[in-house]
Amino acid sequence: MSKKLSTRHLIGIKDITADDIRLIFETADNFKEVINRPIKKVPSLRDITVANIFFESSTRTRISFELAERRLSADIVNFAASSSSVSKGETLLDTVNNILAMKVDMVVMRHPAPGACVYLSQRIPANVVNAGDGTHEHPTQALLDAFSIREKLGDVAGKNVAIIGDILHSRVALSNVFCLQKLGAKVRVCGPPTLIPHHYRELGVEVSYDVRDTLRWCDVANVLRIQLERQDIKYFPSLREYHQYFGITRQMLDELDREIVIMHPGPINRGVELSSDVADSPHSIILQQVENGVAIRMAVLYLLAAQEQLSTT
Amino acid sequence: MSTGKLLLSPDRFALTIERLCCQLIEDWDNFADACVVGIQPRGVALADRIHSRLTALTGNPDIPYGKLDITFYRDDFRLHDKPLAPHPNDMDFLVAGKKVLLVDDVLYTGRTIQAAFSALQHYGRAQVVELLVLVDRRFNRQLPIQADYVGISVDALDEAYVKVHWKENHGVDEILLFDKKHPA
Repeated sequence: MSKKLSTRHLIGIKDITADDIRLIFETADNFKEVINRPIKKVPSLRDITVANIFFESSTRTRISFELAERRLSADIVNFAASSSSVSKGETLLDTVNNILAMKVDMVVMRHPAPGACVYLSQRIPANVVNAGDGTHEHPTQALLDAFSIREKLGDVAGKNVAIIGDILHSRVALSNVFCLQKLGAKVRVCGPPTLIPHHYRELGVEVSYDVRDTLRWCDVANVLRIQLERQDIKYFPSLREYHQYFGITRQMLDELDREIVIMHPGPINRGVELSSDVADSPHSIILQQVENGVAIRMAVLYLLAAQEQLSTT
Repeated sequence: MSTGKLLLSPDRFALTIERLCCQLIEDWDNFADACVVGIQPRGVALADRIHSRLTALTGNPDIPYGKLDITFYRDDFRLHDKPLAPHPNDMDFLVAGKKVLLVDDVLYTGRTIQAAFSALQHYGRAQVVELLVLVDRRFNRQLPIQADYVGISVDALDEAYVKVHWKENHGVDEILLFDKKHPA
């Protein structure tokens, strides 16, 4: 029986249901097969135009969305704030409405302000997909992380997942917490006290400041980057000291009595949160995450587009 | 639930499959350079039977067999209120230069087959494509598509619904005709 999503926009994992997540995963399984074919393209979205609007720099997410759109045969327009009228003082709504006036059906947006995608989704007729809004949410990243855990370990439910690093500045952490909890995993966040906001305890996650203990507890460690570009004050003395206390090394993994899975949303700062030999070890599924990212984004775009009735008049 | 009219009983069903396989071997010999492609989901049940019977009758154990999902190629995307749910696609060979036997259970409007042609093109330029269906609803076509091998032909109104039951899924092999679409 075919199912549909409970939403017209993908703003955050907080707003969607566990059934939505499972539907996205089931659809992504099919798209993962598509992108491994000799011809990695299907014509589903041939009548859809997608605008990728990036007010913040991005390599992996933008390329991943762009490939997902191209492999669904959508028409795409790319827009980077740095080379646009935004620098001439145009507002977000004006910018987007001008793009929509050119008959665009979906908007994929990254913006430095938390809530920018909600604001937009309430004011424009197109479907909005959040590609990261400030320190709020990054839903497709959380979906691909959970999809990669499901692929590696069979299921997400019942697993212990640790999110280690700069929790304070991370939209990936928040989306991951919502996604993993909805799928029945236990979540722990770990990092220096200055980088873990107090409100995380209220989300029902464990908080730890001891990375060795956390590694012993978890089945999966999702390691986050220290986002120096968002840190306006000093949260820890030096990167070297951070690595000493919170960086994950091969030796720490060898001391464990079982194998754990290492994930990272990228970009990696080698020698800070992960040592190079861990990033390149068989424990790491970092490159599988990137591959799954395209399949997950294809599934999200497909399902959102499919719900919009085509007007034949 | 309304009971449908029986179009093909279990014993006739087996005979029909046997007849189709014999016809195929008469025309295609031992299926060297040929392959069988079942359309997901309902064509695959028929293709499973045809493929295993052909393997036994020809003595050729290496007839390539693929399961083709055409969901992403359909022309009614965004015309339903729910997304079309895809099925697993399992094609581990290219059809370039091969003779392809495309298999589906019911040939109705012809739109599924049209989508299957688009999907099949992504696996190379086949030498020949022929179509085998168990049921041909010959007066309900919306596109100029005809089958090369037909189990039974059914003349029914557009409102009617033909359902194929399989031993694997429904406990019995039979074909039923209902007055209304999608019986409960």
